[in-house]
Amino acid sequence: MVESFLAAGGTSVPFPALTSLIVLPLLGAVAIAIVPGARLEAHRLIALLVTTMTGAASVWVLLEFDKSDPGLQFRSETPTTWVESLGITWDLGIDGISLFLVVLTGILFPLAIVGVKPEHSPKSYFAWIVLLEAGVMGVFVTLDLFFFFVFFEVVLVPMYFLIGSWGHGNRVYAATKFFIYTMFGSALMLVGILTIVFFHEDATGITTFNIVTLAEEQAWSVDAGRWIFLAFALAFSVKVPIFPVHTWLPDAHTEAPTAGSVILAGVMLKLGTYGFLRFGLYLFPEAAVWFAPVMMILGTVGIIYGAIAATMQKDLKRLVAYSSVAHLGFIVLGTFAITTEGLTGSVMQMVNHGLSTGALFFLVGWMYERRHTREIAALGGLQKVAPVFAAAFTLVMLSSIGLPGLNGFVGEFLILLGAFVASPWIASIAATGVILAALYLLWAYQRVFHGPTEGDNADMADLTVSEGLVLLPMLVLIVFLGVYPKPMLERIEPAVDALIAHVDLNVEDWSEPTADIIDVTPGLDEHGEDDK
Amino acid sequence: MLAQVETPEVDVQILLPLLIMAVGGLLVLTFTSLTKKLPAWFVTAWSVLAALGSAAAVIPLWDRLGDEGPGGTIANSVAFDGFSLFMTVVIALGVALASLLAHSWLDREELPGVELHVLLLLSGSGGIIMAAANDLIVFFLGLETLSMAVYVLAAMNRRRIQSQEAGMKYFVLGSFSSAFLLYGIALIYGAFGTTNLVKISDEFEQSVLIDDGLLLGGLAMMIVGLAFKVGAVPFHAWTPDVYDGAPTPVVAWMGSGVKAAGFAGLLRIMSTAFGPVVDDWSFPLEIIAAATMLLGSFSAIVQTDVKRMLAYSSISHAGFMLLGVVAATDRGTASTLFYVATYTFLVAGTFGILSAVAGKGDSDFSFEAFSGLGRRRPIIAFALMVFLLAQAGIPATTGFYAKFSVIAAAVDADRYWLAIVAMAAAVIGAFLYLRIIVSMYLVDADDDAPALEMPHWTVGVVVSVAVLVTIGFGIFPGPIDALATDALAVLTAAP
Repeated sequence: MVESFLAAGGTSVPFPALTSLIVLPLLGAVAIAIVPGARLEAHRLIALLVTTMTGAASVWVLLEFDKSDPGLQFRSETPTTWVESLGITWDLGIDGISLFLVVLTGILFPLAIVGVKPEHSPKSYFAWIVLLEAGVMGVFVTLDLFFFFVFFEVVLVPMYFLIGSWGHGNRVYAATKFFIYTMFGSALMLVGILTIVFFHEDATGITTFNIVTLAEEQAWSVDAGRWIFLAFALAFSVKVPIFPVHTWLPDAHTEAPTAGSVILAGVMLKLGTYGFLRFGLYLFPEAAVWFAPVMMILGTVGIIYGAIAATMQKDLKRLVAYSSVAHLGFIVLGTFAITTEGLTGSVMQMVNHGLSTGALFFLVGWMYERRHTREIAALGGLQKVAPVFAAAFTLVMLSSIGLPGLNGFVGEFLILLGAFVASPWIASIAATGVILAALYLLWAYQRVFHGPTEGDNADMADLTVSEGLVLLPMLVLIVFLGVYPKPMLERIEPAVDALIAHVDLNVEDWSEPTADIIDVTPGLDEHGEDDK
Repeated sequence: MLAQVETPEVDVQILLPLLIMAVGGLLVLTFTSLTKKLPAWFVTAWSVLAALGSAAAVIPLWDRLGDEGPGGTIANSVAFDGFSLFMTVVIALGVALASLLAHSWLDREELPGVELHVLLLLSGSGGIIMAAANDLIVFFLGLETLSMAVYVLAAMNRRRIQSQEAGMKYFVLGSFSSAFLLYGIALIYGAFGTTNLVKISDEFEQSVLIDDGLLLGGLAMMIVGLAFKVGAVPFHAWTPDVYDGAPTPVVAWMGSGVKAAGFAGLLRIMSTAFGPVVDDWSFPLEIIAAATMLLGSFSAIVQTDVKRMLAYSSISHAGFMLLGVVAATDRGTASTLFYVATYTFLVAGTFGILSAVAGKGDSDFSFEAFSGLGRRRPIIAFALMVFLLAQAGIPATTGFYAKFSVIAAAVDADRYWLAIVAMAAAVIGAFLYLRIIVSMYLVDADDDAPALEMPHWTVGVVVSVAVLVTIGFGIFPGPIDALATDALAVLTAAP
């Protein structure tokens, strides 16, 4: 069935690669639901097969991606009409901004399925995970606001069940809080979406949900644009999450099952930061510029707050959760610097955070499987009994801290560079977040892995081969992107430049912030690693 | 010598859906009183076929509408347009679904007899009259036909005192609201000298009202009567008690068909006849819509009984449907039609499952009855989850597109505050549906919980159809949306 669908692309229509990214997991979820419950391994196999195929499709998109084209690629020339009366169409496209998020999603899902086995009811567990992938992919590739909202909302349901059903501790509370928080956040966004659609309809007579058309024509007044931007920003802020609407995140992350945490941190938080880029900057350039100082400050507050909160955590998983708040603060900061460096760094940091925090959640999850505790005080001296585990943890942690030579450094450096050009003060404060990250992570590492090995800690098993294989792709990418980020950056940058040109065109009296002291041209040669 | 009375022309084809349903009900009633007891399956099959036949009779009419355009019959007191046809199908399907649910319910509660099916068919024919009425008096006739049958239906469970109470309450309050409606019609007749909707809208064009006191008074009274029928705040107080006490299949019918008929009346009377004075009635209706959505959602949260909770949630849904009426635009009417049509299936499916879970006696709707359902009966739990997520407005279900389109209509009509209130109510509502889902999937059942029997296959048919419609048209809402949009274009053209 799947094969015939792929073949359906045929000669007349080009291979519907982006549609397959959504439809493959959807079919997979249906297949899992149909296969009887007794066949335990069958469900896992289907889930693995489907997510691997989706991952392969995403890699194929990466290879076929034309890096010289800054616009949207893989678009169908005649989008299918979905609902005629409202002008809703099935229109997908991808550019340098969404490309790597799609690939990250494609890579993380199979790993999450291989990496952790559910404690019970594997059938529904795998069905929900695979369904989740369809939703996440949908958000990243759709160009229609209706479908964007649909996918943005629909991911809540699988995640709700993953947390509520396979989570730990206070799982129902955490799941419900996550659901209601995020749904409330996006409630106003729907009104905002409808408002711009009807503004556009009143101005041009055409009803469309297509973001390219809406963004190019900007058929709303400055004031209206600002209000509607706020509605969108609220939805994305909850999803990212930005201080002060972040409180669902520590609960959800901590109580979620390992795979849930990996996916939540790895890709789902990016729905918010991606939303800011695609639906904030692109749809509302004027409002985004106007609100940029506020957003940069909120991002910085998130960096500092997340770091301080992480330092004080007693639970290792909660610590990682708070570190996410700090890392995503960097991404928000870079986004609203609205400079080539800042935006490029933000896009790259989205991927970096997915890799490093995803890997950290895997490690913490496996530690919990072995030790049945995540309490930092109860752990200690693990380096002696589990040296490979400790080594993997070190590498991932250093990536998260932003050590030069690893991927985290490139992203954070670009973001700070971009932010410095826009606002030296904010960038200086944000830079302390890098130091704080080193503080809380190294301190946690010291308490967990160093010191005397006592009690149950002495029996902790080292990383198994299969676990190592799950981690390997992430570790390789962490090092590769740190040493040689050029292939990634040269695909992101044209799209980012196009976005900045779009902002420039639509906002009077605005041009990209530049600083005389730093020569940022040509390209990205300023960080030595990618010089040849 | 007798005066020559000129009788108006009757176009039987236009009345065919109505005739099939009404005559179907009366025939089976006659048979049973003449012959020995008819087998239960025959009565169910008969009434389902009558309902489906009535829906099928619409198909040639829809073609004819395309050829001839809208019109009317019996001196233009019955309208023939896309709107009436759309609503007729919705109501007929509602009757068919409720009949199927009633079959196993009657069997389980050991209440043999044809009355329930007959009354369903008769109230359905009342609903069809309401949907097609082009005259306030004809509308009132339809309303009373529908209501009388439903009063009895609510009290149908002879063994349950709550059911008797529900019937009584519904009857007393319903008669009261009918009186309001009738008085409103009288006042409007006083203002215009006619009860025909087309003539009323002509009056607005041709003459200037010097004193509109009668008109406004009449309008207000009519809004009270209609708001009662659809269960809108502050005329909603009957809903929880009646839903709680009435037999569950009847509740499915009240939530689907009766509500659909009420909205048919609201839409046709308000948008066509009183469209010119939209500024006079839209504000009060906005308040009613906002209050209905919010109060329905908030009250539902604090309930401890699933059936009562869903009763309040149906109030909230009525508020959402009102958004399309308030918008008073083509898009608004189409969105309410979409909502009503898809909600019919949602309600039938939901209450079908509720009845199966409650078991014999039709009374245990506590959260405990639902706990662990995900393990005990995965398929039933999955279906109920689909319905609950749809009612919560989660994408990929009809419930999402329904809410989306009514809110779109409100935004299109510049009612931003109402759209925001609606979204807030939707989020609050989501919480209550989650509560039921939590008990089904995240709470384990007691070990001594009685084994839940697989429901009768008729219930299975209803639930499967409802799941397919909810997910199928949830992912591809285009076809129903297109039909609803067509149905309205004809409504606004003067018959």
